[in-house]
Amino acid sequence: MTTTVGKDLGERATSGSGATSGTAHKRLTPAPPPGKLEDSPAFPAAAKRELGNTQQRDNLLRATATIRAKRAARAAEVDQWEELRVAAAAIKDRAHRHLADYLEQAEANLTRAGAHVHWARDAAEANQIVVDLVCQTGVHEVVKVKSMVTQETELNEALEAAGIAAWETDLAELIVQLGHDRPSHVLVPAIHRNRSEIRDIFVKEMGLYGQAAPEGISDQPAELAAAARRHLRDKFLRAEVGISGGNFIVADTGSLVIVESEGNGRMCLTLPKTLISVVGIEKVVPTFEDLEVFMRLLPRSSTGERMNPYTSMWTGVTPGDGPQDVHVVLVDNGRTNALADPAGRQTLRCIRCSACMNTCPVYAQVGGHAYGSVYPGPIGICLTPLLRGLDRPIDRSLPYACTLCGACTEVCPVKIEFPDLIVQLRRRVAESKQAERRPHLETTAMAGGRFVFARGSRFGLVGYVTGLAGRVLAPRRTFGRHLPWPASLWTRARDLPVPPKRSFRHWWKGAGR
Amino acid sequence: MARPGENLRVGLFATCINDLLFPGTPAAVTRILERLGCRVEFPTAQTCCGQMFTNTGYFEAGLDTVKAYAQAFDGYDYIVGPSGSCVGSVRHQHQMLAESHPALAEKVARVVAATYDLSEFLIDVLGVDDVGAVFPHTVTYHPSCHSVRVAHVGDKPLRLLAKVQGLTLVELPDAATCCGFGGTFSLKNPDLSIALGRQKAANVVASGAEYVVAGDNACLMNIGGVLHREGAGVKPIHLAQILARTEAS
Repeated sequence: MTTTVGKDLGERATSGSGATSGTAHKRLTPAPPPGKLEDSPAFPAAAKRELGNTQQRDNLLRATATIRAKRAARAAEVDQWEELRVAAAAIKDRAHRHLADYLEQAEANLTRAGAHVHWARDAAEANQIVVDLVCQTGVHEVVKVKSMVTQETELNEALEAAGIAAWETDLAELIVQLGHDRPSHVLVPAIHRNRSEIRDIFVKEMGLYGQAAPEGISDQPAELAAAARRHLRDKFLRAEVGISGGNFIVADTGSLVIVESEGNGRMCLTLPKTLISVVGIEKVVPTFEDLEVFMRLLPRSSTGERMNPYTSMWTGVTPGDGPQDVHVVLVDNGRTNALADPAGRQTLRCIRCSACMNTCPVYAQVGGHAYGSVYPGPIGICLTPLLRGLDRPIDRSLPYACTLCGACTEVCPVKIEFPDLIVQLRRRVAESKQAERRPHLETTAMAGGRFVFARGSRFGLVGYVTGLAGRVLAPRRTFGRHLPWPASLWTRARDLPVPPKRSFRHWWKGAGR
Repeated sequence: MARPGENLRVGLFATCINDLLFPGTPAAVTRILERLGCRVEFPTAQTCCGQMFTNTGYFEAGLDTVKAYAQAFDGYDYIVGPSGSCVGSVRHQHQMLAESHPALAEKVARVVAATYDLSEFLIDVLGVDDVGAVFPHTVTYHPSCHSVRVAHVGDKPLRLLAKVQGLTLVELPDAATCCGFGGTFSLKNPDLSIALGRQKAANVVASGAEYVVAGDNACLMNIGGVLHREGAGVKPIHLAQILARTEAS
């Protein structure tokens, strides 16, 4: 019976998603921006667009500087910080080396504890499982704990298409949802918004989807938080289904762990009758003891706190206490591709702390919307191409969205070697360009450069040419600002020195010595 | 008294950008090392570290420069270059590139182990932090990303600057943030590179220094390019060119 209902509604889901583009479909929740993230323009164009948003740049530079300083202070307090990082990387690597075993152990322990475990190969399967489960309950709305994997699978839109309203309850996710926006950060998804923008969003949108913002609300954080609390309260109290992600799955106990700050997660995890947790398969850790390492690293690395306010742990069903219908959806969605990649598998260690993006000079300038993925910053430019492949323009451009400054690797609590991996991903992009057998300026320039730089004698000839140019251009010290492309990419904002009349090696050989 | 570099045969790794655009820097390295007693040679078979290729994803081209580097510098007691970035690339990438070529890998390992950034060579090998330099100016120091995070030169450049007579060092705000050069990044993501370059240049100006000093001319070309365009008046200078100045010069 329940299966039939689920199936019916599942079919409705399919037709519903088709209807969004065609016939008018009355939305239950605020619509996100149109288009698919993976169809985003290549990074340089998206970055240029975001750089033009000076308000956002100010917001981001201020916010990332603050959180960066907090992280640094909190990490410095721990004597064995480096040892903890080494341990965390080792625990994750061990879990991933024997991933199938630990996942099956987790499944067995979860099942024993009364939870239902579901396996999803990709985003569509994961979403369908959740849609079916919600439909079986007969309700038309769910409350959500902030979750990156459900952002990745775009679960909210799948639920919407099935006639189910998914309400985000994390304050920043609420701001993003009400703002018809997309998250721009894995920890603080509304980092690109300042409080006056948030006030405007609340005033305009809250009343359309529940309790309106109070008349005359100011942009004081306390008032905004109070408005969000009131708006969410009804949703929490009537919720019959909660949906979460999971920071960790403990294999040897079958426990799930959610680490959060606001208490909204605790509400979603305890009040509803049904709890569905969608978790990436890389989130498994072998033993309960392993958690201590991550519980010390994660809050300090992410929010710059010694300890996060709420840590929820649950193991299946506890009779008479909390959700009695507990589901765990284990999602692959490209993770086994990353795991099969010797250079790339280290990205699966990521605990989504966001320290890398808070430290990244590129992220601080452009924010998360330039990356065409729910995962921005250093982890995003590595993980996204590993999960989605290197075929689309945005995905091919992501490994180049980096100066290779290495600041991210210094702060990563699980010691992901970002620059080395980024260079490996660039190699794959470059090799596929070379294999295309059509002329690219880059491949041609690199082939020419290769010939020249392979021998000192050839490179010496370049010095003759630059020296000649230097003599012709003397006494000018710099080129003007109107050099032809691609030199104009440099000279439109920076003066470029005119080469000296003699290269170093000619000076060395000549009378100079 | 014997000079600390006496009897050491040093191969000067000029780096390609210095060879073509900033010959004053390797010339300054030569003066410093000869002053300290080293026998400095410039093997003309050298080209560059290859990171321009490797970091853009062209590993085969990078490998050709690794070969040229190993051939040029094999046999020297030490190889010294005025660049944390190029030395960092040699140290961090050359063995990775050569690992599938056993005959080359051995030579590369030997040459890589003998390669030092100028600041490391002076302090770690020669045991000198006072090279007798005089530079009566206010400077601020940009710790270039690769010198700190790839070559790991630490505070050695600052220890050398601290001993320069007449020099006043002022703090650079947000010093650890990248200047936005990033090699081919500056061409692939020009808008971002410029945004970061302007941010760094603004911090340099805010420091109140007359000179911005670094151990890498590529970063200085980026920062200096913005400063010059904006008429800021703060001049870029390589660490070696400060250390080479003496009372007599």
